[in-house]
Amino acid sequence: MSGKRSTFLLTMLVFGFAFLYVPILLVIIYSFNEGKLVTVWSGFSFKWYVSLFSNDGMIDAAWNSLRIGVMSATLALAIGTPAGLVMSRFGRFKSRTLFSGMVAAPLVMPEVITGLSLLLLFVTLEQLVGWPAGRGVTTIVIAHTTFCAAYVAVVVQSRLTGMDTSVEEAAMDLGAKPAKIFFVITLPMILPALMAGWLLSFTLSLDDLVIASFVAGPGSTTLPMKVFSSVRLGVSPEINALATLIILAVTILILISSLLILRSEKMRSRTIDPATIDD
Amino acid sequence: MSQGALQQAHEDVHKTQPWNNPDTVPFIRFENVTKKFGDFYAVDDVSLDIYRHELFALLGGSGCGKTTLLRMLAGFEEPTSGKIFIDGVDMAGVPPYERPTNMMFQSYALFPHMSVEQNVAFGLHQDGLPKSEIRTLVSDMLALVQMSKFATRKPHQLSGGQRQRVALARSLVKNPKVLLLDEPLGALDKKLREQTQFELVNIQEKVGTTFVMVTHDQEEAMTMASRISVMNDGVIKQTGTPFELYEYPNSRFTANFVGQVNLIEGVLVDDDEKYAIIRSDDADCDIYIDHAVQGHQGMTFWIAIRPERVRLITEKPEDTKYNCLSGKVEEIGYLGGLSTYHVRLDSGIRIKVTEPNSTRQIEPRYTWDDRVWATWESGAASVLSQ
Ligand SMILES: Nc1ncnc2c1ncn2[C@@H]1O[C@H](COP(=O)(O)OP(=O)(O)OP(=O)(O)O)[C@@H](O)[C@H]1O
Ligand SMILES: [Mg+2]
Repeated sequence: MSGKRSTFLLTMLVFGFAFLYVPILLVIIYSFNEGKLVTVWSGFSFKWYVSLFSNDGMIDAAWNSLRIGVMSATLALAIGTPAGLVMSRFGRFKSRTLFSGMVAAPLVMPEVITGLSLLLLFVTLEQLVGWPAGRGVTTIVIAHTTFCAAYVAVVVQSRLTGMDTSVEEAAMDLGAKPAKIFFVITLPMILPALMAGWLLSFTLSLDDLVIASFVAGPGSTTLPMKVFSSVRLGVSPEINALATLIILAVTILILISSLLILRSEKMRSRTIDPATIDD
Repeated sequence: MSQGALQQAHEDVHKTQPWNNPDTVPFIRFENVTKKFGDFYAVDDVSLDIYRHELFALLGGSGCGKTTLLRMLAGFEEPTSGKIFIDGVDMAGVPPYERPTNMMFQSYALFPHMSVEQNVAFGLHQDGLPKSEIRTLVSDMLALVQMSKFATRKPHQLSGGQRQRVALARSLVKNPKVLLLDEPLGALDKKLREQTQFELVNIQEKVGTTFVMVTHDQEEAMTMASRISVMNDGVIKQTGTPFELYEYPNSRFTANFVGQVNLIEGVLVDDDEKYAIIRSDDADCDIYIDHAVQGHQGMTFWIAIRPERVRLITEKPEDTKYNCLSGKVEEIGYLGGLSTYHVRLDSGIRIKVTEPNSTRQIEPRYTWDDRVWATWESGAASVLSQ
């Protein structure tokens, strides 16, 4: 009976993983294909990587995406951290549930709606105050910041909620004022969470196609937009090479951020629970 | 203060007993302090005086308001009503970072991203002391708690007992007027705990700071404290030296909480200037008290007798006029140095008796279902009216 069940579970597992990873594996394999036909294997070569790096449009788009990613992740951190702090540390204030709900809303809002509403906002703002003038990198950064900040807030909040407030009280007891406590005690303790939040935001920004398409302007084509438009003209093996590189980059980023989270969890459980004796 | 003067101060605390001297000014004073969380009274109208150089313990069961009382002293909670004075200064509205107190937290609350050294130095940096002075103070303090070897380690690389020392060092190094300790030894195992109790008392005697300690372990409070307040449901039931609490409990609650006790309910039948007689349905004969009691005839009292003050005998005593109970041995606990017996009286209630095994025996003195009589000296029992 249990043998049967485990065979069943194993089969499901294999199917599940195959479903997830075979397409990705195929892309990686075909990125080293010599021939022009995407679906026929004709020998190993790096030629599509070479041609990818000499494709100026592609390189420009990648550069845009990187810049936008770094800027929006950084801004998201600056906005999301205080929000997370308020949600976890300021006790129960009157409109707290509303505030938390509103912070988390961009996470569940359909991207089309976020994109459209932001586009409307930018157009209105331009008419009213003349800023942001036209659409481009600035508008994409603002758009990405809005939903990335929500992720950062949630990450920071969950980290702080699990953190013993007595550590901050101890600092106050030893003579530190609240503002100092935030920078000297709280911030270093949530640093791993902040780094994870930054990396997550960066990845999300790099990933986004829908919102960016709404608020992009001339000269601010991002990598996903570029890929999407070139695929519509026919799939070139160059795209496989690009996809492989992106998969590599994303894997590395995700790995780093989960390592950071894991490490901070471990440190926290060991310091906060005095009963664990590890000599 | 010099070492000799400190020693002197400590002896003074125990000898002169400032709490018995109406002229001594208390160092910490709670005046009708109440703390409400919503409709719930966590601390209910507490008035308490604590004197300089005392090691004062707040003792009570879980949720009785000990931590809340301590946190009000540290400034993390403001009293709903009432006043707190430290060294004559009203503490109302004074934030924790400006109070002359330091606290050792139950969870230790060490800064996880700082080394042992940095943890201890943190408070001194806040005071803006020069670097060289900080270095000296920190290394002296680490030597005092025997943690010099671990100065560069991070908290997560320390054992529970070592963390506890760092937490102590960190709160002591600022030389506060009052050190607050919230279950300082709660996380340690029994052996390490007993060892640390004495170390803590030694350190307190060395530095001379006034300690206010929270604990739910009566043995710990008895071992360490100069005086103890027994708390229940936000109220202080009794305050006194360990001796006073054990020998002269003022209520059934304290008698039960501090040490073990047998309680026998009865009514006052005879009251004189020199003695009192109490009659109980549980006892085979009247109970003789060798002093007068405050009360009128017919009033209900409880006789409290410590298990070690009860004597068991196998023969029916010749004089059965006063102070005798009889029953059957129901349970025997042989603990080596002493034995405990549970005796079920004929009336159904059970009493505990402990006897030292001061001589080596061929076989146990009593066995299960033996019929025994229990008696005690008239002075051994206390009479409680509540
Ligand atoms: N911030 C708070 N909000 C509401 N109720 C609280 C708060 N802090 C404490 N209480 C309540 O006040 C009561 C006393 O709490 P306190 O922490 O002082 O207990 P304690 O005597 O230290 O118990 P323990 O030995 O378990 O630590 C408890 O019933 C607790 O639930
Ligand atoms: Mg407590």
